[in-house]
Amino acid sequence: MSEFTYTEKKDTRSGFGAGLLELGRKNPEIVALCADLTGSLKMDAFKKEFPERFIQVGIAEANMMGLAAGLATGGKIPFTGTFANFSTGRVYDQIRQSIAYSEKNVKICASHAGLTLGEDGATHQILEDIGMMKMLPNMTVINPCDYNQTKAATIAIAEHEGPVYLRFGRPKWPVFTDPDQKFEIGKAWIMQQGTDVTIVCTGHLVWNSVVAAKRLAEKGISVELINIHTIKPLDERAIIRSVMKTGAIVTAEEHQRNGGLGESVSSVLARNHPSPMEMIAVDDRFGESGKPEDLLIKYKLAPEDIVLAVEKVLEKKKA
Amino acid sequence: MKTIQELQDITTQIRRDIVRMVHAAQSGHPGGSLGCAEFFTALYFNIMDYDPSDFRMDGIGEDVFILSNGHVSPVFYSTMARAGIFEVAELNTFRKINSRLQGHPATEEGLPGIRVASGSLGQGLSVAAGLALSKKLNNDDKIVYALLGDGELEEGQNWEAIMFAAHNKIDNLIVTVDFNQQQIDGSTVDIMGFNDLTDKFKVFGWEVLEMNGNNIQDVLDTMNKAKSKLGNGKPIVLIMTTEMGHGVDFMMGSHEWHGIAPNDEQLRSALAQNKETLGDYPLLETI
Repeated sequence: MSEFTYTEKKDTRSGFGAGLLELGRKNPEIVALCADLTGSLKMDAFKKEFPERFIQVGIAEANMMGLAAGLATGGKIPFTGTFANFSTGRVYDQIRQSIAYSEKNVKICASHAGLTLGEDGATHQILEDIGMMKMLPNMTVINPCDYNQTKAATIAIAEHEGPVYLRFGRPKWPVFTDPDQKFEIGKAWIMQQGTDVTIVCTGHLVWNSVVAAKRLAEKGISVELINIHTIKPLDERAIIRSVMKTGAIVTAEEHQRNGGLGESVSSVLARNHPSPMEMIAVDDRFGESGKPEDLLIKYKLAPEDIVLAVEKVLEKKKA
Repeated sequence: MKTIQELQDITTQIRRDIVRMVHAAQSGHPGGSLGCAEFFTALYFNIMDYDPSDFRMDGIGEDVFILSNGHVSPVFYSTMARAGIFEVAELNTFRKINSRLQGHPATEEGLPGIRVASGSLGQGLSVAAGLALSKKLNNDDKIVYALLGDGELEEGQNWEAIMFAAHNKIDNLIVTVDFNQQQIDGSTVDIMGFNDLTDKFKVFGWEVLEMNGNNIQDVLDTMNKAKSKLGNGKPIVLIMTTEMGHGVDFMMGSHEWHGIAPNDEQLRSALAQNKETLGDYPLLETI
């Protein structure tokens, strides 16, 4: 069994900033746009080194999406940066028509997703963005789990031709994946083999699932742990294959249950291999102000909630 | 370069194409399309520097055009076909199933000449500004043209883009506003009371010119004047006064013909007012 540990915590948005800077050095076609949140998105280093390729659009996200579509038309690879809320719901029609339907090579990079935004509260804590983005034809949706994976994903999406939604967050979070990892869009990462239950997890809840899997191991439960960083296109094969072995599954994400990863997984299983399933996700409600760790407990996204969901699904499996 | 007479003949044929396309589909938007026939003819036959036989999406090294008010697709399609970007015969597929000529322009079916989908209003100016920025980044001195409807200026995104283009000195961009003063529910004055577009653009820092969009000579002269003002640190807008439905007497000047199709008798009347100059495309049923 593999062992995941961490020695430091870093925010995933900084992984994005580091990846963007590296891309800027490698590829002169990369341009970055930001809607008045350069510091929050960790785009300062790119802006400083490539001022001519950094475009400040002000508080005008709709225009930013259109500008990005135009830049992509002219052969550039634009990365837009703002909060996840303003990257999706606020500009849904602009993304739908000018980017997704028009097949533009735009990378929509969205920070401060989910409850772990914390104190700013529900106006900013978007929990519906994965659903909105995954419904758009042509759109790829990625939600990396730590600093290293976010950096690798940022670099990988520049190589991918077509629109991408890249979702990351604000809080400092355990860094436990390989700094030199190869990021393959659309490929599940089997983090740990197991036989009793499959946990499929994405984003910040990957670490919570690692912690849960350790507690479950102490209880003698063997968990197959799968990180789905690419929610669309979904690695259906990996999920079906694992559940055929374990016979039960729990999904974990920092998103509404409606429209999230769990919903995509349940659709795959319902069509291919119906199985006992539990979902760790937000239950059709808005968030609120508070410390990230307190919010994860209150909204039942903590490691202990994942443990309880596994125990529940194992009861169903027995029945 | 076409002569004025040649351009006028093309415009007349485009008007025939528009009413025939909308009649055959029994849907579409003839009013705004007819009003912009001179503008499209001037743009695609005399003003823009591009190769109609070699469409490349990035448009690097050539002038490009972005249509924001996508519902005037009939005039857009007819002009591009008559300019040789695709076969004129394909006009008979307009709004039919399996066609590249979607109700509103789209890229997905691969019709040459289209660089972005439009139809949901208010988005084209941002795209055009982005394309103009890409030309600056590419050290490409060619021009980006865009057409907006006047009614769609009610969409807030336009004003984001208008501020952005002036602040960033996007001076390789020539935007035209089709000032026909009509929108679906009535006149733009009644609905949102704007008739001082020149002043509005000026205070936002744009260079503003005005032209009569239904006078081909004035369109050519004003667009050439606009080109001479490029590179001066300001984006340029042409407020183009047009008459909705121009060239078809019973459609002229009324918002009633924004989005409805003529019947057989109305088609005959419209065609009688616009004589065949370049040859009609064959109807689908006769192929």
